[in-house]
Amino acid sequence: MAAVTMRLPAVRAPLDSSAPRGGEKHLVAPGDTITTDTGYMRGHGTYVEDDRLIASVAGVVERVNKLVCVRALKARYNGEIGDIVVGRITEVQQKRWKVETNSRLDSVLLLSSINLPGGELRRKSAEDELAMRDYLQEGDLISAEVQSIFSDGAVSLHTRSLKYGKLAQGVLVQVSPSLVKRQKTHFHDLPCGASVILGNNGFIWIYPTPEQKDDEAGGYTTNLEPVPLSDREVISRLRNCIVALVTHKMMLFDTSILYCYEASLPHQIKDILKPEVTEEIVLEARQRLLDLEG
Amino acid sequence: EDLRVDGRGCEDYRCAEVETDVVSNTSGSARVKLGETDILVGIKAEMGTPKLEKPDEGYLEFFVDCSSNSPELEGRGGEELGTDIANTLYRVFSCENSVDLKSLCINPKEHCWVLYVDVLLLECGGNIFDAISIAVKAALFNTRIPKVRVLEDEEGTKEIELSDDPYDCIRLNVDEVPCIVTLSKIGYRHVVDATLQEEACSLASLLISVTSKGAITSMKKVGKGSLDPESIFEMMETGQRVGKSLHIALQKILDEEETLGTSRSKVGFLG
Repeated sequence: MAAVTMRLPAVRAPLDSSAPRGGEKHLVAPGDTITTDTGYMRGHGTYVEDDRLIASVAGVVERVNKLVCVRALKARYNGEIGDIVVGRITEVQQKRWKVETNSRLDSVLLLSSINLPGGELRRKSAEDELAMRDYLQEGDLISAEVQSIFSDGAVSLHTRSLKYGKLAQGVLVQVSPSLVKRQKTHFHDLPCGASVILGNNGFIWIYPTPEQKDDEAGGYTTNLEPVPLSDREVISRLRNCIVALVTHKMMLFDTSILYCYEASLPHQIKDILKPEVTEEIVLEARQRLLDLEG
Repeated sequence: EDLRVDGRGCEDYRCAEVETDVVSNTSGSARVKLGETDILVGIKAEMGTPKLEKPDEGYLEFFVDCSSNSPELEGRGGEELGTDIANTLYRVFSCENSVDLKSLCINPKEHCWVLYVDVLLLECGGNIFDAISIAVKAALFNTRIPKVRVLEDEEGTKEIELSDDPYDCIRLNVDEVPCIVTLSKIGYRHVVDATLQEEACSLASLLISVTSKGAITSMKKVGKGSLDPESIFEMMETGQRVGKSLHIALQKILDEEETLGTSRSKVGFLG
Protein backbone atom coordinates (compact mmCIF):
# COMPACT_ATOMS: atom_id res chain seq x y z
CA MET A 1 0.00 0.00 0.00
CA ALA A 2 1.41 3.32 -0.97
CA ALA A 3 2.16 5.79 1.80
CA VAL A 4 2.15 9.44 0.89
CA THR A 5 2.59 11.94 3.69
CA MET A 6 2.24 15.63 3.08
CA ARG A 7 2.39 18.40 5.57
CA LEU A 8 2.38 22.16 5.85
CA PRO A 9 5.82 23.62 6.52
CA ALA A 10 6.55 24.78 10.02
CA VAL A 11 9.32 27.02 11.22
CA ARG A 12 11.94 24.75 12.75
CA ALA A 13 13.78 26.28 15.64
CA PRO A 14 17.43 25.14 15.69
CA LEU A 15 18.14 22.56 18.37
CA ASP A 16 19.23 24.41 21.46
CA SER A 17 22.74 23.32 22.26
CA SER A 18 23.41 22.78 25.95
CA ALA A 19 26.15 24.60 27.88
CA PRO A 20 29.08 25.23 25.55
CA ARG A 21 31.88 22.84 26.26
CA GLY A 22 35.34 24.32 26.39
CA GLY A 23 34.35 27.94 26.23
CA GLU A 24 32.62 30.02 23.59
CA LYS A 25 33.46 29.33 20.00
CA HIS A 26 34.14 32.31 17.82
CA LEU A 27 31.99 31.66 14.77
CA VAL A 28 32.37 33.85 11.72
CA ALA A 29 30.72 34.20 8.34
CA PRO A 30 32.47 35.36 5.13
CA GLY A 31 33.01 39.08 5.44
CA ASP A 32 32.98 39.23 9.23
CA THR A 33 35.80 41.17 10.86
CA ILE A 34 37.87 38.94 13.11
CA THR A 35 40.01 41.63 14.63
CA THR A 36 41.27 45.12 13.92
CA ASP A 37 44.56 44.47 15.70
CA THR A 38 47.34 44.53 13.11
CA GLY A 39 49.77 42.44 15.20
CA TYR A 40 48.40 39.10 13.97
CA MET A 41 49.63 36.98 11.11
CA ARG A 42 46.89 35.80 8.82
CA GLY A 43 46.40 32.09 8.14
CA HIS A 44 44.02 30.09 5.96
CA GLY A 45 40.54 31.47 5.49
CA THR A 46 41.38 35.12 6.18
CA TYR A 47 42.40 38.19 4.26
CA VAL A 48 43.42 41.75 5.12
CA GLU A 49 41.48 44.79 3.94
CA ASP A 50 41.69 48.33 5.28
CA ASP A 51 43.73 47.27 8.32
CA ARG A 52 41.09 44.72 9.31
CA LEU A 53 41.41 40.97 9.35
CA ILE A 54 38.34 39.57 7.58
CA ALA A 55 37.17 35.96 7.30
CA SER A 56 36.71 34.53 3.82
CA VAL A 57 34.98 31.28 4.81
CA ALA A 58 32.28 30.38 7.30
CA GLY A 59 33.68 28.55 10.30
CA VAL A 60 35.46 28.68 13.63
CA VAL A 61 38.33 31.06 14.35
CA GLU A 62 41.45 29.30 15.61
CA ARG A 63 44.23 31.25 17.16
CA VAL A 64 47.71 29.91 17.85
CA ASN A 65 49.84 32.66 19.44
CA LYS A 66 50.03 35.21 16.66
CA LEU A 67 48.54 33.11 13.86
CA VAL A 68 44.83 33.53 13.19
CA CYS A 69 43.06 31.17 10.82
CA VAL A 70 39.48 30.15 10.15
CA ARG A 71 38.64 26.46 9.97
CA ALA A 72 35.74 26.05 7.58
CA LEU A 73 32.71 23.96 8.48
CA LYS A 74 32.14 22.62 5.00
CA ALA A 75 35.38 22.19 3.10
CA ARG A 76 37.02 19.64 0.86
CA TYR A 77 39.04 16.92 2.48
CA ASN A 78 42.66 17.80 3.28
CA GLY A 79 44.72 14.65 3.60
CA GLU A 80 46.90 13.89 6.60
CA ILE A 81 49.32 10.99 6.75
CA GLY A 82 47.75 8.00 8.46
CA ASP A 83 44.13 8.88 7.68
CA ILE A 84 41.74 6.18 6.56
CA VAL A 85 39.81 7.10 3.43
CA VAL A 86 37.11 5.49 1.37
CA GLY A 87 37.36 6.38 -2.28
CA ARG A 88 36.08 5.51 -5.72
CA ILE A 89 38.37 4.67 -8.65
CA THR A 90 37.90 7.21 -11.43
CA GLU A 91 40.76 6.37 -13.81
CA VAL A 92 43.18 3.54 -14.50
CA GLN A 93 46.49 4.97 -15.69
CA GLN A 94 49.91 3.52 -16.54
CA LYS A 95 51.19 2.51 -13.12
CA ARG A 96 48.53 3.94 -10.86
CA TRP A 97 44.88 4.50 -10.20
CA LYS A 98 43.18 7.84 -9.65
CA VAL A 99 40.82 7.77 -6.69
CA GLU A 100 38.10 10.29 -5.93
CA THR A 101 38.11 11.17 -2.22
CA ASN A 102 36.17 14.45 -2.00
CA SER A 103 39.38 16.49 -1.97
CA ARG A 104 40.62 19.29 -4.22
CA LEU A 105 42.63 16.91 -6.40
CA ASP A 106 42.08 13.24 -7.17
CA SER A 107 44.11 10.99 -4.90
CA VAL A 108 46.66 8.60 -6.33
CA LEU A 109 46.99 4.88 -5.63
CA LEU A 110 50.28 3.63 -7.03
CA LEU A 111 50.60 0.10 -8.31
CA SER A 112 53.52 -0.40 -5.96
CA SER A 113 51.35 0.46 -2.98
CA ILE A 114 48.78 -2.30 -3.25
CA ASN A 115 48.58 -5.84 -2.00
CA LEU A 116 48.19 -8.44 -4.70
CA PRO A 117 45.26 -10.85 -4.50
CA GLY A 118 46.24 -13.91 -2.54
CA GLY A 119 48.61 -11.92 -0.41
CA GLU A 120 51.72 -12.43 -2.53
CA LEU A 121 54.62 -10.14 -1.91
CA ARG A 122 56.67 -9.45 -4.98
CA ARG A 123 57.88 -6.68 -7.20
CA LYS A 124 55.24 -5.66 -9.67
CA SER A 125 56.21 -6.55 -13.19
CA ALA A 126 55.09 -5.34 -16.56
CA GLU A 127 52.42 -8.06 -16.64
CA ASP A 128 50.95 -6.70 -13.44
CA GLU A 129 50.76 -3.33 -15.12
CA LEU A 130 48.72 -4.79 -17.96
CA ALA A 131 46.49 -6.67 -15.52
CA MET A 132 45.71 -3.60 -13.43
CA ARG A 133 42.14 -3.55 -14.59
CA ASP A 134 41.60 -7.03 -13.21
CA TYR A 135 42.42 -5.79 -9.72
CA LEU A 136 40.58 -2.48 -9.61
CA GLN A 137 38.29 -1.00 -12.25
CA GLU A 138 36.67 2.39 -12.70
CA GLY A 139 33.77 2.71 -10.29
CA ASP A 140 35.13 0.36 -7.62
CA LEU A 141 35.09 1.49 -4.01
CA ILE A 142 38.19 0.97 -1.93
CA SER A 143 39.30 1.64 1.61
CA ALA A 144 42.89 2.81 1.92
CA GLU A 145 45.28 4.72 4.13
CA VAL A 146 47.10 7.92 3.29
CA GLN A 147 50.79 7.20 2.72
CA SER A 148 52.14 10.60 1.78
CA ILE A 149 51.10 13.96 0.38
CA PHE A 150 52.49 15.45 -2.81
CA SER A 151 53.60 19.05 -2.89
CA ASP A 152 50.45 20.17 -4.72
CA GLY A 153 48.24 18.71 -2.03
CA ALA A 154 47.29 15.51 -3.82
CA VAL A 155 47.22 12.53 -1.53
CA SER A 156 48.98 9.22 -2.17
CA LEU A 157 47.20 6.14 -0.83
CA HIS A 158 48.25 2.62 -0.01
CA THR A 159 46.37 -0.58 0.76
CA ARG A 160 49.26 -2.48 2.23
CA SER A 161 47.26 -4.26 4.87
CA LEU A 162 44.65 -6.97 4.77
CA LYS A 163 41.99 -4.76 6.24
CA TYR A 164 42.11 -2.38 3.27
CA GLY A 165 41.10 -3.20 -0.25
CA LYS A 166 38.06 -3.35 -2.50
CA LEU A 167 34.70 -2.93 -0.79
CA ALA A 168 31.89 -5.34 -1.58
CA GLN A 169 28.19 -4.90 -0.80
CA GLY A 170 27.10 -2.03 1.39
CA VAL A 171 25.79 1.51 1.51
CA LEU A 172 27.84 4.68 1.06
CA VAL A 173 26.90 7.90 2.86
CA GLN A 174 28.67 11.11 1.86
CA VAL A 175 29.04 13.74 4.57
CA SER A 176 31.25 16.74 5.22
CA PRO A 177 34.81 15.69 6.26
CA SER A 178 34.75 18.02 9.27
CA LEU A 179 32.03 15.94 10.91
CA VAL A 180 34.09 12.74 11.19
CA LYS A 181 35.89 12.61 14.50
CA ARG A 182 39.55 11.59 14.52
CA GLN A 183 39.91 8.37 16.45
CA LYS A 184 42.33 5.50 16.99
CA THR A 185 40.45 3.20 14.68
CA HIS A 186 37.92 3.91 11.98
CA PHE A 187 36.77 0.35 11.37
CA HIS A 188 33.95 -0.43 13.77
CA ASP A 189 31.90 -3.60 14.21
CA LEU A 190 28.73 -2.31 15.79
CA PRO A 191 26.85 -4.65 18.15
CA CYS A 192 23.63 -4.14 16.19
CA GLY A 193 24.86 -6.41 13.43
CA ALA A 194 26.57 -4.21 10.86
CA SER A 195 30.04 -2.81 10.41
CA VAL A 196 30.97 0.71 9.50
CA ILE A 197 34.08 2.37 8.07
CA LEU A 198 34.27 6.08 8.95
CA GLY A 199 36.49 7.55 6.26
CA ASN A 200 38.22 10.78 7.25
CA ASN A 201 37.27 12.22 3.89
CA GLY A 202 33.59 12.08 4.77
CA PHE A 203 32.74 8.87 2.93
CA ILE A 204 31.12 6.42 5.31
CA TRP A 205 30.70 2.81 4.31
CA ILE A 206 28.13 0.62 6.06
CA TYR A 207 28.24 -3.10 5.33
CA PRO A 208 27.05 -6.36 6.84
CA THR A 209 29.57 -7.88 9.25
CA PRO A 210 31.33 -10.77 7.52
CA GLU A 211 30.97 -14.07 9.40
CA GLN A 212 34.58 -15.18 9.34
CA LYS A 213 37.59 -13.05 8.73
CA ASP A 214 39.27 -14.68 5.74
CA ASP A 215 42.94 -13.86 5.87
CA GLU A 216 43.84 -15.41 2.55
CA ALA A 217 41.56 -13.15 0.60
CA GLY A 218 43.95 -10.23 0.37
CA GLY A 219 41.06 -7.83 0.04
CA TYR A 220 39.95 -8.56 -3.49
CA THR A 221 37.14 -11.07 -3.28
CA THR A 222 33.74 -9.47 -3.71
CA ASN A 223 30.95 -11.37 -2.08
CA LEU A 224 27.94 -10.81 -4.31
CA GLU A 225 25.48 -13.07 -2.51
CA PRO A 226 22.18 -11.43 -1.65
CA VAL A 227 22.26 -9.79 1.75
CA PRO A 228 19.54 -11.08 4.12
CA LEU A 229 16.61 -8.74 4.88
CA SER A 230 17.45 -8.39 8.59
CA ASP A 231 20.96 -7.17 7.77
CA ARG A 232 19.58 -4.76 5.19
CA GLU A 233 17.16 -3.33 7.73
CA VAL A 234 19.98 -2.70 10.20
CA ILE A 235 22.05 -1.04 7.48
CA SER A 236 19.14 1.17 6.34
CA ARG A 237 18.49 2.21 9.92
CA LEU A 238 22.15 3.07 10.46
CA ARG A 239 22.20 5.04 7.23
CA ASN A 240 19.16 7.08 8.27
CA CYS A 241 20.69 7.67 11.72
CA ILE A 242 23.89 8.99 10.19
CA VAL A 243 21.89 11.31 7.91
CA ALA A 244 19.94 12.50 10.96
CA LEU A 245 23.17 13.25 12.88
CA VAL A 246 24.58 15.08 9.88
CA THR A 247 21.51 17.32 9.51
CA HIS A 248 22.05 18.45 13.09
CA LYS A 249 25.80 18.85 12.60
CA MET A 250 26.84 16.35 15.24
CA MET A 251 30.26 14.72 15.21
CA LEU A 252 30.24 11.18 13.87
CA PHE A 253 32.00 8.46 15.82
CA ASP A 254 31.05 4.94 16.83
CA THR A 255 29.42 5.88 20.14
CA SER A 256 27.29 8.67 18.71
CA ILE A 257 26.08 6.48 15.86
CA LEU A 258 25.30 3.65 18.28
CA TYR A 259 23.34 5.89 20.66
CA CYS A 260 21.41 7.35 17.77
CA TYR A 261 20.63 3.85 16.50
CA GLU A 262 19.32 2.76 19.89
CA ALA A 263 17.23 5.92 20.20
CA SER A 264 15.69 5.23 16.80
CA LEU A 265 14.61 1.65 17.53
CA PRO A 266 11.03 2.50 18.58
CA HIS A 267 10.41 4.23 15.24
CA GLN A 268 10.01 2.73 11.80
CA ILE A 269 13.07 3.04 9.56
CA LYS A 270 11.45 5.37 7.03
CA ASP A 271 10.10 7.63 9.79
CA ILE A 272 13.59 8.52 11.00
CA LEU A 273 13.94 11.08 8.23
CA LYS A 274 10.85 13.01 9.30
CA PRO A 275 11.96 16.31 10.87
CA GLU A 276 10.32 15.81 14.27
CA VAL A 277 11.56 12.24 14.69
CA THR A 278 15.08 13.33 13.66
CA GLU A 279 15.07 16.02 16.34
CA GLU A 280 13.85 13.61 18.96
CA ILE A 281 16.46 10.93 18.39
CA VAL A 282 19.33 13.41 17.99
CA LEU A 283 18.37 15.09 21.27
CA GLU A 284 18.27 11.73 23.02
CA ALA A 285 21.64 10.70 21.59
CA ARG A 286 23.14 14.05 22.53
CA GLN A 287 21.80 13.70 26.09
CA ARG A 288 23.35 10.26 26.49
CA LEU A 289 26.68 11.51 25.20
CA LEU A 290 26.65 14.36 27.69
CA ASP A 291 25.84 11.94 30.48
CA LEU A 292 28.74 9.80 29.36
CA GLU A 293 31.14 12.72 29.49
CA GLY A 294 30.14 14.37 32.69
CA GLU B 1 11.24 -7.73 -0.18
CA ASP B 2 10.11 -4.21 0.05
CA LEU B 3 13.10 -2.34 1.49
CA ARG B 4 15.01 0.52 -0.11
CA VAL B 5 18.25 2.10 1.14
CA ASP B 6 16.47 4.72 3.22
CA GLY B 7 14.00 2.23 4.67
CA ARG B 8 11.05 3.10 2.41
CA GLY B 9 8.95 0.59 0.57
CA CYS B 10 8.86 0.55 -3.22
CA GLU B 11 5.65 2.60 -3.27
CA ASP B 12 6.40 5.11 -0.52
CA TYR B 13 6.97 8.78 -1.12
CA ARG B 14 9.41 10.88 0.86
CA CYS B 15 7.92 13.35 3.27
CA ALA B 16 6.59 16.33 1.32
CA GLU B 17 5.98 19.89 2.42
CA VAL B 18 3.46 21.95 0.47
CA GLU B 19 2.77 25.64 0.89
CA THR B 20 0.69 27.92 -1.31
CA ASP B 21 0.56 31.68 -1.74
CA VAL B 22 4.27 32.24 -1.19
CA VAL B 23 4.80 34.83 -3.93
CA SER B 24 2.63 37.88 -3.38
CA ASN B 25 2.54 39.40 -6.86
CA THR B 26 1.25 36.32 -8.66
CA SER B 27 -2.30 35.14 -9.13
CA GLY B 28 -1.37 31.85 -7.51
CA SER B 29 1.80 30.20 -6.30
CA ALA B 30 2.98 27.10 -4.51
CA ARG B 31 6.19 25.69 -3.13
CA VAL B 32 6.78 21.96 -2.77
CA LYS B 33 9.66 20.29 -0.96
CA LEU B 34 9.88 16.56 -1.63
CA GLY B 35 12.91 15.36 0.33
CA GLU B 36 15.79 17.28 -1.26
CA THR B 37 13.81 18.45 -4.32
CA ASP B 38 12.54 22.03 -4.06
CA ILE B 39 10.09 23.46 -6.62
CA LEU B 40 8.48 26.90 -6.81
CA VAL B 41 5.53 27.52 -9.17
CA GLY B 42 4.01 30.91 -9.89
CA ILE B 43 0.90 31.47 -12.01
CA LYS B 44 0.03 34.81 -13.55
CA ALA B 45 -3.32 35.38 -15.25
CA GLU B 46 -3.16 37.81 -18.14
CA MET B 47 -5.61 38.82 -20.81
CA GLY B 48 -4.97 37.62 -24.29
CA THR B 49 -6.65 36.56 -27.50
CA PRO B 50 -7.88 33.00 -27.75
CA LYS B 51 -6.27 30.55 -30.13
CA LEU B 52 -7.84 30.37 -33.58
CA GLU B 53 -8.93 26.75 -33.36
CA LYS B 54 -10.44 27.15 -29.87
CA PRO B 55 -12.10 30.59 -29.85
CA ASP B 56 -14.15 30.12 -26.70
CA GLU B 57 -11.44 28.80 -24.42
CA GLY B 58 -8.52 30.22 -22.54
CA TYR B 59 -5.20 28.35 -22.38
CA LEU B 60 -2.14 27.63 -20.24
CA GLU B 61 1.46 28.41 -21.09
CA PHE B 62 4.26 26.58 -19.27
CA PHE B 63 7.77 27.83 -18.75
CA VAL B 64 10.39 25.96 -16.74
CA ASP B 65 13.59 27.49 -15.44
CA CYS B 66 16.37 25.30 -14.04
CA SER B 67 19.21 27.78 -13.81
CA SER B 68 19.31 28.08 -10.02
CA ASN B 69 20.13 24.42 -9.62
CA SER B 70 23.82 24.06 -10.37
CA PRO B 71 26.45 25.96 -12.38
CA GLU B 72 26.27 23.50 -15.25
CA LEU B 73 22.57 24.22 -15.70
CA GLU B 74 22.95 27.98 -15.98
CA GLY B 75 22.12 29.66 -19.26
CA ARG B 76 22.21 27.23 -22.18
CA GLY B 77 22.72 24.06 -20.20
CA GLY B 78 19.42 24.19 -18.38
CA GLU B 79 17.47 25.02 -21.53
CA GLU B 80 17.29 21.43 -22.71
CA LEU B 81 16.05 20.13 -19.39
CA GLY B 82 13.66 23.07 -19.10
CA THR B 83 12.06 22.58 -22.53
CA ASP B 84 11.84 18.84 -21.86
CA ILE B 85 9.88 19.42 -18.66
CA ALA B 86 7.71 22.09 -20.29
CA ASN B 87 6.82 19.77 -23.18
CA THR B 88 5.90 17.02 -20.73
CA LEU B 89 3.63 19.45 -18.88
CA TYR B 90 1.95 20.48 -22.14
CA ARG B 91 1.27 16.84 -22.90
CA VAL B 92 -0.09 16.14 -19.44
CA PHE B 93 -2.46 19.09 -19.64
CA SER B 94 -3.44 18.49 -23.25
CA CYS B 95 -6.32 16.34 -22.07
CA GLU B 96 -9.66 18.08 -22.62
CA ASN B 97 -11.12 18.18 -19.15
CA SER B 98 -8.06 18.59 -16.90
CA VAL B 99 -8.66 22.30 -16.50
CA ASP B 100 -11.98 23.93 -17.35
CA LEU B 101 -10.68 26.19 -20.12
CA LYS B 102 -14.15 27.49 -21.04
CA SER B 103 -14.35 29.30 -17.71
CA LEU B 104 -11.26 31.24 -18.76
CA CYS B 105 -13.06 32.80 -21.70
CA ILE B 106 -14.24 36.41 -21.45
CA ASN B 107 -15.31 37.27 -24.96
CA PRO B 108 -15.33 34.51 -27.56
CA LYS B 109 -12.78 35.15 -30.29
CA GLU B 110 -11.58 38.35 -28.66
CA HIS B 111 -10.58 38.08 -25.03
CA CYS B 112 -9.68 35.26 -22.76
CA TRP B 113 -7.54 34.59 -19.74
CA VAL B 114 -4.12 33.11 -20.41
CA LEU B 115 -2.50 31.41 -17.42
CA TYR B 116 1.27 31.67 -17.55
CA VAL B 117 2.64 28.90 -15.35
CA ASP B 118 6.28 29.50 -14.38
CA VAL B 119 8.12 26.62 -12.75
CA LEU B 120 11.36 27.27 -10.90
CA LEU B 121 13.58 24.32 -10.08
CA LEU B 122 15.31 25.43 -6.90
CA GLU B 123 17.00 22.19 -5.98
CA CYS B 124 17.09 18.85 -7.76
CA GLY B 125 17.07 15.87 -5.41
CA GLY B 126 15.54 13.26 -7.66
CA ASN B 127 11.97 12.87 -8.92
CA ILE B 128 11.46 16.39 -10.25
CA PHE B 129 8.44 15.58 -12.45
CA ASP B 130 6.28 14.42 -9.55
CA ALA B 131 7.18 17.42 -7.43
CA ILE B 132 6.52 19.81 -10.33
CA SER B 133 3.08 18.34 -11.00
CA ILE B 134 2.14 18.52 -7.31
CA ALA B 135 3.29 22.14 -7.20
CA VAL B 136 1.36 23.03 -10.39
CA LYS B 137 -1.82 21.49 -8.99
CA ALA B 138 -1.40 23.31 -5.67
CA ALA B 139 -0.72 26.60 -7.47
CA LEU B 140 -3.79 26.18 -9.70
CA PHE B 141 -5.85 25.54 -6.57
CA ASN B 142 -4.46 28.73 -5.10
CA THR B 143 -5.00 30.85 -8.26
CA ARG B 144 -7.44 33.70 -7.94
CA ILE B 145 -8.49 35.28 -11.24
CA PRO B 146 -10.28 38.62 -10.92
CA LYS B 147 -13.86 38.73 -12.18
CA VAL B 148 -14.38 40.92 -15.22
CA ARG B 149 -17.55 42.19 -16.83
CA VAL B 150 -17.92 43.05 -20.46
CA LEU B 151 -19.89 46.22 -21.11
CA GLU B 152 -21.16 46.97 -24.57
CA ASP B 153 -21.75 50.49 -25.75
CA GLU B 154 -24.36 51.58 -28.27
CA GLU B 155 -21.71 51.76 -30.99
CA GLY B 156 -20.69 48.17 -30.31
CA THR B 157 -17.29 48.81 -28.70
CA LYS B 158 -16.74 46.47 -25.82
CA GLU B 159 -15.22 47.59 -22.58
CA ILE B 160 -13.84 45.36 -19.95
CA GLU B 161 -14.49 46.34 -16.38
CA LEU B 162 -12.61 44.95 -13.45
CA SER B 163 -14.62 44.56 -10.30
CA ASP B 164 -13.62 46.89 -7.47
CA ASP B 165 -13.54 44.29 -4.75
CA PRO B 166 -10.08 42.65 -4.69
CA TYR B 167 -11.52 39.51 -3.15
CA ASP B 168 -14.08 39.03 -5.89
CA CYS B 169 -12.45 36.42 -8.02
CA ILE B 170 -12.98 33.09 -9.67
CA ARG B 171 -11.20 29.98 -8.50
CA LEU B 172 -10.31 27.04 -10.67
CA ASN B 173 -11.66 23.56 -10.16
CA VAL B 174 -8.64 21.30 -9.80
CA ASP B 175 -10.44 17.99 -9.30
CA GLU B 176 -9.49 16.77 -12.75
CA VAL B 177 -5.94 18.12 -12.78
CA PRO B 178 -3.58 15.16 -13.19
CA CYS B 179 -0.42 14.48 -11.20
CA ILE B 180 2.64 12.82 -12.62
CA VAL B 181 3.88 9.61 -11.03
CA THR B 182 7.38 8.52 -12.03
CA LEU B 183 8.12 4.81 -11.81
CA SER B 184 11.80 3.96 -12.16
CA LYS B 185 12.84 0.45 -13.03
CA ILE B 186 15.76 -0.79 -10.91
CA GLY B 187 16.74 -4.39 -11.50
CA TYR B 188 13.51 -6.37 -11.64
CA ARG B 189 11.40 -4.09 -9.48
CA HIS B 190 10.09 -0.59 -9.98
CA VAL B 191 10.12 2.17 -7.40
CA VAL B 192 8.16 5.36 -6.89
CA ASP B 193 9.85 8.63 -5.95
CA ALA B 194 13.45 7.76 -6.69
CA THR B 195 16.27 9.71 -5.02
CA LEU B 196 19.25 10.94 -7.05
CA GLN B 197 21.21 7.75 -6.33
CA GLU B 198 18.27 5.55 -7.28
CA GLU B 199 17.78 7.51 -10.50
CA ALA B 200 21.44 6.93 -11.36
CA CYS B 201 20.89 3.17 -11.00
CA SER B 202 17.69 2.99 -13.03
CA LEU B 203 17.96 2.55 -16.78
CA ALA B 204 14.35 3.24 -17.71
CA SER B 205 11.45 5.13 -16.15
CA LEU B 206 7.79 5.54 -16.93
CA LEU B 207 6.06 8.88 -16.38
CA ILE B 208 2.33 8.45 -15.92
CA SER B 209 -0.06 11.30 -15.33
CA VAL B 210 -3.02 10.19 -13.23
CA THR B 211 -6.14 12.09 -12.23
CA SER B 212 -7.69 11.81 -8.79
CA LYS B 213 -10.18 9.24 -10.08
CA GLY B 214 -7.41 7.02 -11.37
CA ALA B 215 -7.71 7.84 -15.06
CA ILE B 216 -4.43 7.95 -16.95
CA THR B 217 -4.14 11.01 -19.17
CA SER B 218 -0.68 10.55 -20.63
CA MET B 219 2.32 8.27 -20.49
CA LYS B 220 5.94 8.73 -21.40
CA LYS B 221 8.96 6.48 -21.22
CA VAL B 222 12.33 8.03 -20.47
CA GLY B 223 15.75 6.51 -20.20
CA LYS B 224 18.15 4.50 -22.30
CA GLY B 225 16.99 1.06 -21.14
CA SER B 226 14.10 -1.00 -22.42
CA LEU B 227 10.90 -2.00 -20.66
CA ASP B 228 9.14 -5.31 -20.98
CA PRO B 229 5.46 -4.88 -22.05
CA GLU B 230 4.25 -6.90 -19.04
CA SER B 231 6.21 -4.77 -16.65
CA ILE B 232 4.68 -1.69 -18.29
CA PHE B 233 1.20 -2.98 -17.35
CA GLU B 234 2.37 -3.63 -13.80
CA MET B 235 3.87 -0.17 -13.59
CA MET B 236 0.66 1.39 -14.91
CA GLU B 237 -1.39 -0.33 -12.21
CA THR B 238 1.07 0.76 -9.54
CA GLY B 239 0.99 4.27 -10.94
CA GLN B 240 -2.81 4.40 -10.75
CA ARG B 241 -2.83 3.20 -7.15
CA VAL B 242 -0.09 5.54 -6.04
CA GLY B 243 -1.56 8.43 -8.01
CA LYS B 244 -4.92 8.11 -6.28
CA SER B 245 -3.37 8.18 -2.80
CA LEU B 246 -1.17 11.10 -3.89
CA HIS B 247 -4.25 13.10 -4.90
CA ILE B 248 -6.04 12.29 -1.66
CA ALA B 249 -3.09 13.41 0.46
CA LEU B 250 -2.59 16.59 -1.59
CA GLN B 251 -6.27 17.55 -1.50
CA LYS B 252 -6.34 17.00 2.24
CA ILE B 253 -3.40 19.31 2.80
CA LEU B 254 -4.79 21.97 0.45
CA ASP B 255 -8.15 21.90 2.21
CA GLU B 256 -6.39 22.10 5.58
CA GLU B 257 -4.45 25.13 4.44
CA GLU B 258 -7.64 26.70 3.08
CA THR B 259 -9.49 26.31 6.39
CA LEU B 260 -6.61 27.88 8.29
CA GLY B 261 -7.02 30.91 6.06
CA THR B 262 -5.28 34.05 7.23
CA SER B 263 -4.52 32.60 10.66
CA ARG B 264 -1.80 30.44 9.16
CA SER B 265 1.69 31.78 9.78
CA LYS B 266 3.43 31.94 6.44
CA VAL B 267 6.79 30.23 6.38
CA GLY B 268 7.88 31.03 2.85
CA PHE B 269 11.62 31.01 2.41
CA LEU B 270 12.68 32.14 5.85
CA GLY B 271 11.71 29.08 7.85
